[in-house]
Amino acid sequence: EDLRVDGRGCEDYRCAEVETDIVSNTSGSARVKLGYTDILVGVKAEMGTPKLEKPDEGYLEFFVDCSANATPEFEGRGGEELGTDIANTLYRVFSSESSVDLKSLCINPREHCWVLYVDVLLLECGGNLFDAVSIAVKAALFNTRIPKVRVLEDEEGSKEIELSDDPYDCIRLNVDDVPCIVTLSKIGYRHVVDATPQEEACTLASLLISVTSKGTLTSMKKVGKGSLDPESIFEMMETGKRVGKALHVALQKILDEEESLGTSRQKVGFLG
Amino acid sequence: MAAVSMRLPVPRKAVGLSGPRGGDKHLVAPGDTITTDMGYMRGHGTYVEEEKLIASVAGAVERVNKLVCVRPLKSRYNGEVGDVVVGRITEVQQKRWKVETNSRLDSVLLLSSINLPGGELRRRSVEDELAMRDYLQEGDLISAEVQSVFSDGAASLHTRSLKYGKLGQGVLVQVSPSLVKRQKTHFHDLTCGASVILSNNGFIWIYPTPGQKDEESGGFTTDLEPVPLSDREVISRLRNCIVALVTHMLMLFDTSILYCYEASLPHQVCQSVL
Repeated sequence: EDLRVDGRGCEDYRCAEVETDIVSNTSGSARVKLGYTDILVGVKAEMGTPKLEKPDEGYLEFFVDCSANATPEFEGRGGEELGTDIANTLYRVFSSESSVDLKSLCINPREHCWVLYVDVLLLECGGNLFDAVSIAVKAALFNTRIPKVRVLEDEEGSKEIELSDDPYDCIRLNVDDVPCIVTLSKIGYRHVVDATPQEEACTLASLLISVTSKGTLTSMKKVGKGSLDPESIFEMMETGKRVGKALHVALQKILDEEESLGTSRQKVGFLG
Repeated sequence: MAAVSMRLPVPRKAVGLSGPRGGDKHLVAPGDTITTDMGYMRGHGTYVEEEKLIASVAGAVERVNKLVCVRPLKSRYNGEVGDVVVGRITEVQQKRWKVETNSRLDSVLLLSSINLPGGELRRRSVEDELAMRDYLQEGDLISAEVQSVFSDGAASLHTRSLKYGKLGQGVLVQVSPSLVKRQKTHFHDLTCGASVILSNNGFIWIYPTPGQKDEESGGFTTDLEPVPLSDREVISRLRNCIVALVTHMLMLFDTSILYCYEASLPHQVCQSVL
């Protein structure tokens, strides 16, 4: 039987509201509302030096801030642990080389590259944080516009970087392979997707898997005090892949729809 | 099959005050001036500053002759004698249980205020005290009535009737206490196939209608038989209806829930989720 307390099936998500380009002074931003969970992501592209072990690639830096408005437990420094937890999970999810094309972020090997600072703000906690955060990060990266730069060589050999004057002349990231996290929570003998806070309170253990749009798994993490036996882990992985593919299809559709509206789109933002 | 739906945000339409039922309500926010006329007595939710009567809570102003008070839209439950409450046991103490009822202090359920299993009437002995945990444990949900209110505001509960006691399988919806209409009876058997307890402290309990009343248990045995899918669908639909009514700040009573249920029948259960 496939019926949860709010009438959903075990593999159904709550209806999500996605809006991009709401923060004007970022390179890309997105806001995702999944039930009562509200996440805001801003991406800023800045120039920096590449890492020593990867001289011809740019990189991403994640920072998660749990606002004290989200739940009473985040008062003061209560949200720091959860914030670092989510940030580390995001690093793991994006650690595979195929998720984002980092070579396109390189300007001058060993000298200059684009660093994308992804800042996540948890505005309200209503269950299923990891999924909502990953959806918002993907939407924000889709919305990110990095200005095109030209490298000019001087006679002495010093390089100058010239930013193009046209604000619309920018490069966009290819987010086709960006994975999304699907959280599968084990309640009793069954597992559910997109748990509400009440369902999360009954969960013994959950499995976070990150799935790309093609269905490949990039990382897996188990959280919770309970234990999972190998057969249920296998079942949950299969469910996660199925749900992940559907999630990517729906998200891409809504992002394309929003893009096609162009400038005629009525921006709702926070005061809509 | 997984169903993932996403949508673009739609600007919210301002929900106007629905119909003038007995005149417009004077709604105030904390800090709003209610009146500058100093001839009024100030009641709950107001304070005086610089010869003005100012509201300290967000709610509707109520004027009774010379008394002005503000009834808050959302507040903690204040116990009154005779109210039906649904609460969760938080602690098992020496001769009583502490029950969480969404009020400022935990309510108290004394050992002498419950019915013993078997329905005997006798003085509670030391064995009864030691066996308290067998009757009610931490985390159990009970329905009870407020017997009296202590001077500090904590309510003292009793379950001295067969309709009160430990609650079995069902769904709990937590709403603001101000949205539950005060009625003669709070236990309703709805015609759609489920029963609901609209407690005064804002905990709404939806459960499948019991087939036969078990007289001897005294309200402490729980029926753990699996609930059939059709009953569960009715309960899920009712839960979504109640959440929808609460989001629009409409009063909850049995007919309002039934109307909402009937209006939601053409749609699938999961489509009425937030």
